[in-house]
Amino acid sequence: MASRANPVDTATVVREALIGKKAGLRGMAFELAMLTLLLASLLVLVLLLADIIGGALPTFRSRGLDFVTSSLSLNPDTAGVATGIIGSFGISAIVALVAFPIGIGAAIYLEEYATDSAATRFISTNIRNLAGVPSIVYGLLGLALFVRVVDLVGLGGQTSGKNVLAAGLTLAVLVLPIVIITASEAIRAVPGSIREAGFGVGATQWEVIRHHVLPSAAPGILTGTVLTLARAFGETAPLIVIGVATGFFGAAANASMFDTVTGPYTALPVVVFSWSRQSVGEFADTLAPAAIVVLLFVLFIANTTAIVLRNRYDKRW
Amino acid sequence: MTTTTISLSGNPKRHRRERVVKRIFWASAAVSVLISAAIVMSLIGRATTFFVEVDKSSLVDIGWFPRRGLYDLLTPLAGTVVVSLLAMFVAVPLGLGAAIYLSEFARPRVRRFLKPILEVLAGIPSVVIGFFALTWLSPNLVQRVFDSAGIFSMLAASIGVGILITPLIASVSEDALRAVPTSLREAAFGLGAKRSETVRKVVFPAAISGIVASMILGLSRAIGETMVMFMVGGAVGGGIRELNPLRPGTTMTAAIASVATGSDQVVGEGLTFESVFALGFLLFVFTLVLNTVSDRFVRRARERY
Repeated sequence: MASRANPVDTATVVREALIGKKAGLRGMAFELAMLTLLLASLLVLVLLLADIIGGALPTFRSRGLDFVTSSLSLNPDTAGVATGIIGSFGISAIVALVAFPIGIGAAIYLEEYATDSAATRFISTNIRNLAGVPSIVYGLLGLALFVRVVDLVGLGGQTSGKNVLAAGLTLAVLVLPIVIITASEAIRAVPGSIREAGFGVGATQWEVIRHHVLPSAAPGILTGTVLTLARAFGETAPLIVIGVATGFFGAAANASMFDTVTGPYTALPVVVFSWSRQSVGEFADTLAPAAIVVLLFVLFIANTTAIVLRNRYDKRW
Repeated sequence: MTTTTISLSGNPKRHRRERVVKRIFWASAAVSVLISAAIVMSLIGRATTFFVEVDKSSLVDIGWFPRRGLYDLLTPLAGTVVVSLLAMFVAVPLGLGAAIYLSEFARPRVRRFLKPILEVLAGIPSVVIGFFALTWLSPNLVQRVFDSAGIFSMLAASIGVGILITPLIASVSEDALRAVPTSLREAAFGLGAKRSETVRKVVFPAAISGIVASMILGLSRAIGETMVMFMVGGAVGGGIRELNPLRPGTTMTAAIASVATGSDQVVGEGLTFESVFALGFLLFVFTLVLNTVSDRFVRRARERY
């Protein structure tokens, strides 16, 4: 027996084996392989940012903020992203106005009122499924429904419904399930003792929700909604389906407020898309990456805000 | 002396308000059901019209050219299969490797540093990944390795889609790995297993449900992804049935988007408008099935521990 002939070896083997962490050559190779895969995914991010910032630098160096404040143009020397920024913020405003009240309301119902019935389970499953529907399908819904509804109620304007209002409604519906899911999680994190204390002093259910549950869940809800808005801000595919302008358009100088709101529109990610397929080299080579930098900057601000909100107001129970 | 009776039923106004508030919240929850119904109805009506009225022989033809009345459904289906499977070849090793390292090997401080970076990647809009695939991946990777590839290819799009779903696979399978109780790892260490053996033979099998769920979820996301394929896949407006990833192709999603960006937008000859909804309906069914299956796996994983 080899082990009996050499007791020192056995002790070493047992000790090494018991430590567990000590990796053999194969173990180290495995760990290294996993690390390489992780670093490869991170390298992609570095390459992506380098590619985009490298392409964008000339534009920002020669144009500076002028690029951000200029409107769409067919001339690459004067074209800017202002039209897209305005469109994106308009769409986001509608998303916030429509999706947040309904989404938070639905979350309150599911977490605070609903009993564990078949109907409730159906609604929850339904919301989870909606969150997994591809965004372009929401575009088809917007095309079949919201574009027509907006036109029918007389807000179609010269685009017969293919305007910011329809886009806002479509993206509101797109993010609604995510709003419900994140708001539900935030509400669920509020401990039951808070509610019981409220009931104990004679508050009604709504009073408990209004004065205790919602204030406690607010930071979580707010973080979730900011992240959701960021998601809506970057969506492109559904907008393309519901007829966002992918080419050049200009507002008439004497256009009324109504005409501007119901007229053709574009959004920041759509500007990126339409410039990157332009045949004039400058649009694809330097203007599109510059537009991406602006887009990523907005998303960065949104995400930082969300993190700051979470860290500042996060309660531990 | 008069005795006053105190009404214990409370203020009727307060009661009424309770009922009204509850009804409002119930209505908001019901909106989600309405949306599902609206999606199904808007898709199914036109999809049915399409399948009833279409010339059946044009459903199996040389390619997908909706504006010319050629509706070969196999073209976008084949493109979707090719692109999403190749994307999985990119995303599964990257995502799973990242998840295993973060969950099992990384020290807490390293993890706190690396994980947010992966989350940044998850937050990058698909149009940006599409641009990256078009301007960097395609010329510097695909075209350099394969001489025959053009600037537009399904392979370049697949790598882009793979990058897009990597963070998703990483985060869902990391959750699954971390959900495996420490006691299982300790038991393995106690039996003398090395860390890498523990990961491969104990933790990984224990987390397999969640890992499978992450892959199905990734596949579902890859099938539904539009912009990357639309920007890099070529074949705008239609395409011939193609299985070679080095050639341009079209997926279901890109086919929908390219009908919408034509000069006349979604108004074409004959059944062009309806054909897009038929594709959308198929897409909806595929992703719904995949998401439901993935949900099953996640629940099974959750029940075990």
